[in-house]
Amino acid sequence: MSKFPFEVQTEDIQPLSVLSPEGEIVNPDMMPELTDEQLKEIMYRMVFTRTWDDRAINLGRQGRLGFYAPVSGQEASMVGSVYPLQKEDFVVPAYRDMPQIVWHGLPLYQAFLYSRGHQHGGQIPEGVNVLMPQIIIGAQILHAMGIAMGFKLKKQAQVAITYTGDGGSSEGDFYEGLNFAGAFNLPVIFFVQNNGYAITTPFTKQTAAKSIAHKSVAAGIHGMQVDGMDVLAVIKAVQIAAERGRKGEGATLIESLTYRFRPHSMADDTTKYRTKDEEAEWAIKDPIVRLGKYLEKKGLWTEEDTARVKDEAKAKVNAEIKRAEQTEKMTVAGLIDSMYETTPQHLEEQKADFQ
Amino acid sequence: MAQMNMKEAIRDAMRVELKRDPNVVVFGEDVGHVGGVFRATEGLQKEFGDERVFDTPLAESAIGGMAVGLGVTGFRPVAEIQFVGFIYEALDQMCVQAARLRYRSGGRYNAPIVFRTPFGGGVKAAELHTDSLEGLMIQTPGIKVVIPSNPYDAKGLLISAIRDNDPVFFMEHLNLYHAFRDEVPEDDYTVELGKANVVREGKDVTILAYGLMVHTAMKAAAELEKEGVQAEVIDLRTLMPLDIDTIVESVKKTNRVIVVQEAQKTSGVAAEVIAQINEKAILHLEAPVLRIAGPDTVYPFAQIEDQWLPNPARIIAGVNKVLNF
Repeated sequence: MSKFPFEVQTEDIQPLSVLSPEGEIVNPDMMPELTDEQLKEIMYRMVFTRTWDDRAINLGRQGRLGFYAPVSGQEASMVGSVYPLQKEDFVVPAYRDMPQIVWHGLPLYQAFLYSRGHQHGGQIPEGVNVLMPQIIIGAQILHAMGIAMGFKLKKQAQVAITYTGDGGSSEGDFYEGLNFAGAFNLPVIFFVQNNGYAITTPFTKQTAAKSIAHKSVAAGIHGMQVDGMDVLAVIKAVQIAAERGRKGEGATLIESLTYRFRPHSMADDTTKYRTKDEEAEWAIKDPIVRLGKYLEKKGLWTEEDTARVKDEAKAKVNAEIKRAEQTEKMTVAGLIDSMYETTPQHLEEQKADFQ
Repeated sequence: MAQMNMKEAIRDAMRVELKRDPNVVVFGEDVGHVGGVFRATEGLQKEFGDERVFDTPLAESAIGGMAVGLGVTGFRPVAEIQFVGFIYEALDQMCVQAARLRYRSGGRYNAPIVFRTPFGGGVKAAELHTDSLEGLMIQTPGIKVVIPSNPYDAKGLLISAIRDNDPVFFMEHLNLYHAFRDEVPEDDYTVELGKANVVREGKDVTILAYGLMVHTAMKAAAELEKEGVQAEVIDLRTLMPLDIDTIVESVKKTNRVIVVQEAQKTSGVAAEVIAQINEKAILHLEAPVLRIAGPDTVYPFAQIEDQWLPNPARIIAGVNKVLNF
């Protein structure tokens, strides 16, 4: 490290951690204020999300779901980062972030319809403040920034949260979004789930930065790193960032260190780019096991509870996939009519070819 | 009525809408304090404040993405992309994110955005300041494309564009900003999107054009008149959606057509216009429809742009070809 006073210096950071893999509170000062009922609700959501992921893999193999990006391993980052938000806050996801938008209010059958390639999947109900999953890596970061600008101009004490991965943090839109958020002092949270791999490319090949959190320095916004397998730490980090946003103290970049236990999508093979040893190391950090141990010690959770939630989740997934399958099919005429508010003449004429 | 050049008329359109609708916001690079590199937004920040009219950091994709996000929260953004070539940096936000928002959300969200940008050759500008990129945009479902040729239309079309609930790409020809003044009403009026304008009636040949090329076509038509040829000149005004009815009506009258555009010849607006004439009026044609356009090269450096751009002589030669077919 250079000693010149005119060179930029940055120091190493340690991720925020509250709960150890053994389920012990290691950082009581940073323990978020949560009631027992809330702790159980968080556990419920994580177990539910894992079961939904298990079922989605099977539904994908049966051809009942289309494109699907698995989430197992990332439940603490996903469930924890939307848990502290208010209903009016906006959630702006990438394609893996289905749990966040469902827990923020999107009906599950619509998440399945999105995966099945049905337009109704993106028809977000009124009053649910989420955008559709984004496919272009990083594009959504700018939408969250723009939504936060809207909140600021309307003097609403709300925040927007947006998600990308370690790969997404290399995109131009990522830097542009952070920079605009800094320049306009916007109430936005950039939540990066660093799961170590952009499909197959490891994080070591993604950047020479000390961490993704350090990228906040260049934009002049707050930055923090959190143990993304520790749901209590994730909740605390988002609480800090959201409170700042509501108070007009600007944007925060949160790097959440996590791991996807499964492949990037249904189509890749993790053995080509990850070792069994590495996967085993991360399995020990399983966010559900960790919170479960803590709750069991507090007498708030048992194995029977886990079994019950799994059953409930399976039944719910089955009912919602059926509802998705029974939803009336799209038509080309309907597609044509969704291009503009008023369908122009040339498109009206093109409808005739499909009737 | 006031006398305004096209730049002043464009500014007046934004003033009318900023006054009328509190959700209209105007922003872009150098747009706020100074009022834009061409001063098209001059005075608006002073009049409406820096939360309605503001400068952004220099990043076109972020300008586009901010517009999408603001649209989702109920604003009607008028975003300026400083020069047309810079839209390449914003293409994802314009052509994917804004243009698909209504479709992707099944109508739950829309993008009531106007992307304004100056374009057009003949001003000896730097590279990538003057290209005609409307062809890229007309290939993008979900976006409308508007190019005015005079101050009156510019104001009325821009007001319509700002009120439109779909994204509109509004291209302003650099050579028309200060070219001439027109009578322009100071209050609010609209010129409907999707309607062409017959600017000169004639019976012998139809010349279709837009932007500065309308004026080049008018010069050619005046020359042709001396030779006894009555040319009808139509200003397309909106390129997406295209007013094919007005075009077909003229084709039925004159039976001979040329299409003039500054853009490169292949696969552009002219090609699309000809395809639609082919579908709707081929039996009314006495000659093939010709394109007078730039060659299929990159837009040239300033030294040869005057030769590169269509001029009255090339238009007259084209007209003579279709007349003598």
